[in-house]
Amino acid sequence: MTAPLLELSGLTVDVATDDGGARTLLEGVDLTLAPGEALGLVGESGSGKSMTMRAVTRLLPRAASATGAIRFEGADVLGMNAGELRRYRDRGVGLVFQDPRAHINPTRRIGAFLVEALVRSRGVGRREALARAAAVLAEVGIDDPQRRLGQYPHEVSGGMLQRVMIASVLLAEPRLILADEPTTALDVTIQREVVAILDRMRRERGMGMVFITHDLDLALAVCGRVAVMYAGRIVELRSADTLHERAAHPYTLGLLGSRPSVDARAERLTAIPGRPVSAFESGPGCAFAPRCSFATAGCESAPPPLADFDGGVVRCARVQEIHAARMETKA
Amino acid sequence: MARLLLHRLGGLLTTLFLSSVVIYGSLYLAPGSPENVLFGSRSPSAAARAAVRRRLHLDQPLPVRYWDWLTGVLHGDLGTSMVTGQPVADRVGSGLGNTLLLVVMTMILVVLFGLAMGLTAALLPGRVDGVVNALTSVSVTVPSFVASALLISVFAVRLGWFPASGLGQGFGGRVDGLVLPAVALAILSCGFLARVTRNAVRDQLEREHVQTALVRGLPRAVVLRSHVLRNALPPIITAIGLLTAGTFASTLVVESAFAVPGIGQLTIQSVAQKDFPVVQAVALLLVAAFVVCNAAGDLIQAVVDPRLREAGSTS
Amino acid sequence: MNRMKFTWTRLNKALGRSGTLSLAFLTVVVLAAVLAPLVAPADPNQSSLLDAYAGPSGAHLLGADGIGRDLLSRLIFGARTSLLGPALVVGVSLLLGIPLALLASWYGGWVDGVIARVFDLVYALPGLLLAVLTVALFGPGLTPAVVALSIAYIPFLARIVRAAARQQRVSPYVDALAVQGFGVLRITVRHILRNIVPVVVGQAAIAFGYALLDLASLSYLGLAVQAPTSDWGVMVSDSDALLKGYWFQVTAPGVLIVLTVLALTVLGARISGEKPPGYLRRGRPARAASAPVDAAGNDRTTVGAAA
Repeated sequence: MTAPLLELSGLTVDVATDDGGARTLLEGVDLTLAPGEALGLVGESGSGKSMTMRAVTRLLPRAASATGAIRFEGADVLGMNAGELRRYRDRGVGLVFQDPRAHINPTRRIGAFLVEALVRSRGVGRREALARAAAVLAEVGIDDPQRRLGQYPHEVSGGMLQRVMIASVLLAEPRLILADEPTTALDVTIQREVVAILDRMRRERGMGMVFITHDLDLALAVCGRVAVMYAGRIVELRSADTLHERAAHPYTLGLLGSRPSVDARAERLTAIPGRPVSAFESGPGCAFAPRCSFATAGCESAPPPLADFDGGVVRCARVQEIHAARMETKA
Repeated sequence: MARLLLHRLGGLLTTLFLSSVVIYGSLYLAPGSPENVLFGSRSPSAAARAAVRRRLHLDQPLPVRYWDWLTGVLHGDLGTSMVTGQPVADRVGSGLGNTLLLVVMTMILVVLFGLAMGLTAALLPGRVDGVVNALTSVSVTVPSFVASALLISVFAVRLGWFPASGLGQGFGGRVDGLVLPAVALAILSCGFLARVTRNAVRDQLEREHVQTALVRGLPRAVVLRSHVLRNALPPIITAIGLLTAGTFASTLVVESAFAVPGIGQLTIQSVAQKDFPVVQAVALLLVAAFVVCNAAGDLIQAVVDPRLREAGSTS
Repeated sequence: MNRMKFTWTRLNKALGRSGTLSLAFLTVVVLAAVLAPLVAPADPNQSSLLDAYAGPSGAHLLGADGIGRDLLSRLIFGARTSLLGPALVVGVSLLLGIPLALLASWYGGWVDGVIARVFDLVYALPGLLLAVLTVALFGPGLTPAVVALSIAYIPFLARIVRAAARQQRVSPYVDALAVQGFGVLRITVRHILRNIVPVVVGQAAIAFGYALLDLASLSYLGLAVQAPTSDWGVMVSDSDALLKGYWFQVTAPGVLIVLTVLALTVLGARISGEKPPGYLRRGRPARAASAPVDAAGNDRTTVGAAA
């Protein structure tokens, strides 16, 4: 077995509130990612999936503090000094953000944005860097890259800008790509193209990827394994090809069920009742219990552990019973 | 860019033209005829009055007089002072240098200290920010005449470091005499610029594109310079334009407080003496300075922010 | 008793420590101005040359000026003229500015355009210069100065009212009212205007402060309130005292001006709902805690006529 590329163990993020208290946004997240592997991180807003990504890049709000451990190729990310952190951000990870319009400096040309890291951090000559940028733009399917380099972000479409963002990450050749809802801000027709480009580029270059999305199907399409998050915790983690068949946590089942399908044999469309909660809003027990149709009094009082089940890991106290009941109805 | 330039230039000329009409028109619609100024308390004979009116071209209709005056102004002829009989251009010219020097000195102080304080406050949240904020809150309420009085009492009367009024000989003497007036003008503007700078930089620090730059591993200095500061510039430039314009207006007060022979003091003197040709000229000059400063601010802003170049106007 | 305490806590909560303090200070100043003949220890214009530049004593609590007039009494009476002028300026410009702003915000389009252009033109003339020109026309005095500044302050207030009213205008409840058949006048006055009262009052307080600065500057120059009358601006212009080193006679009215304007701007900002600067807050600054969530809440600093 190879050494993991990224390893999170017991990652917890608390944010200080105005009144001097603290809110937990992320609680005891454990994850490992092998080099070249793609992992999906799926959940509703507030589930902590973006906070996980922020913690991995140490891009937390000033009032937030992270405990636990984040290891990138064995190096302790939370303990890095300023220089190490810069090198890690420069060569280790690359981030594709949700909204390229907001995440690319609007006052500078696309070319300047693309070559900035190469020129400033790696001492590549400007001419050489621009040539590389043009080549990568062509690779991500942008026509006339030379002209695009001279344009400003407000002069191109959102889909094009997201390709520019992806190109900027590819230029840095990191070992790990973190993609935070990379297609949510785009038109539906563009979404598929952008995901396809991201997937192809990653495979070609053998980069690891954490793909963050609220769209379970999208995650299943591009990732080998998928982790489902709820209220700042991972509730289920298993390989993408078996998740459809073997999903065991009531929340994952809900996500699968609340997905409309044209397949006539599929289970009826069932939305999850109630609204998603954040980690700090949940009680002492299972955070999903208030919305769970299988919940008992015991679920509300004690937090369930993350346990191996049926080839994956699941955080549910009644997983055995629920599984048995489901098998019975299916048979 | 060229279109914006033309648009701005057009707006600028329109404003200048309209204010020249307002300034010229209103002064000649004033109660009491201008020639009475010359006669003072004496009651002149009808013939003498008519002669004076002819000499001042007051016998012609207002639009004609305005046209003559305007063409004169465009040729550098601002008319003749009714009090001293000197050409207005000479009186204005002798004061203009001092006023410009005063404004330049003031703005150097404002930009240096305002930017420094604003940046410090933005980059050091918590206690330092609090102290700077408290300072600027007070300084934006200190009018230039109160500042003048305080400065004179401490640095001129008590310590004797600078003259309390008037300017010395030569360039050094002028600078020496203008230090206190410049500081008096700068206090309010410094606070204002510091607040604008702080808020603009804070705003940019929290922007997503700055996070992108950080997460790409760029050195902090580069992120600050090419992303935070660069993008924070537009409101800062607008503020500097506004403040330069406001400083021209405030020279009316400070030049009087320190007896600086500039156009601010000339304006107040001419108003007191009802020397209309001089008042017109200096008022128009101040308006021009005011409008040009604001427009210049807008244009420089468009150079910094490409998104503003296509827009026709910023208002 | 209980009720009073309740109001006090509520006030403290709404205005914050700084706002309450400002309100208290302003109340004292206004009361002093209104009750001047009752509270002033002496006639502000009674001079006695024996007391020229007298130091603080039982007879003159804060001392006396160059011709022996009681400084404290002059400061108290000075509050009257110093506050009356800006009150008139703000009153008149609100009276003219609010209808124009509501008109512009309701109809939009070319009405809005024309009004905006006119405001731009007035904005191009510095208020102080406009006032100086008016004085050149009508001679020095409080009235011409107030008239000129009222005109100069219309755009400042009207623009803020227009923006706030515009926000209300496009919100669904206004359409709902219109559908129910309520008239334009009723909707604008009873609903829109009522909803933007905090903004209007807050900005009026800030404008009051700036008008006070401008008028005091004009009085200082001898163009508004005239010399024998006690007025803070006039008192600062006592260059005789200044050059002879009697700094307190000049500084006291100056400090009063600064404090009053400071109180007005702090209070105005609190009322119109601007975030207070960090130093007035307990604990950690609010911005830091919520960085990624509400990055949009950028402060707006009011641009006033620099005096």
